[in-house]
Amino acid sequence: MHRFLKVPYLSSHDRPLSPHLQVFRLVFVMVLSGMHRISGLALSAGSLLLIGWLVAAARGPEAYATATRYFSSVPVRLVLAAALIAFWYHLFAGLRHMAWDAGLGFDKAVARKSGLTVVVLAALASIMTLALAWRFLVAPS
Amino acid sequence: MNRQAARGAAIAPPDPHATGHWRNQRVSAIALVPLGIWFLYALLMLPTLDYATVTAWIAEPLQALLLLLFAWCVLWHSALGVQVVVEDYVGGRLYAPTARLLQIAHWAAALAVAYSIWVIAVGGA
Repeated sequence: MHRFLKVPYLSSHDRPLSPHLQVFRLVFVMVLSGMHRISGLALSAGSLLLIGWLVAAARGPEAYATATRYFSSVPVRLVLAAALIAFWYHLFAGLRHMAWDAGLGFDKAVARKSGLTVVVLAALASIMTLALAWRFLVAPS
Repeated sequence: MNRQAARGAAIAPPDPHATGHWRNQRVSAIALVPLGIWFLYALLMLPTLDYATVTAWIAEPLQALLLLLFAWCVLWHSALGVQVVVEDYVGGRLYAPTARLLQIAHWAAALAVAYSIWVIAVGGA
């Protein structure tokens, strides 16, 4: 256990606590784990855009035109592109989590390799869908 | 607490909803794999994203149904995920109101989405 810790943890406390994030040396699989949660939260926030878009479409052409102006602003386009990347990362990382739920892939070397696979697949899927979304994101009607 | 009860408490989690949460998170995740890919595909294959194209797309019954399922699964999965994050990072007196508020927000969003899709697909309002 000690080689994973930056500081001697238990000796500095009266009672044993579960070691929290800041005492661990950052390793690849931990970064991926954190990214799963961050991408999930980002997608939760991003779902507000989906809801706003649908509500605007239901309210009629004028509301939709207003939404379109908002959606084609540069910051929102960047958010949408980021949401696309977060979507793919969260999907592939989620599948990896479900493999773990089934008891598969706990070996350290396997976990590293599956993590790398998730990153590569998410990057490829992101590039492909960003290319498809290019006309909406970069040159919207 | 006698020894028998203590042993029972150690085995059974005090929160009877915990296993349900775990299972629902996985069920919604599995549903979102095909639904999410379908949504991206359907959206990116639309010729344009103007009002007429988008509402005509949602007006198709199968598309409306899939869109509703997708949006509801997103919100269901989001509610479960956000709840865990709040449990981990929001402590003390703020925990209960924060969790409740986010839960209500997810329910409100689910209703707004259903109502919007209904209006677009069936008309009325």
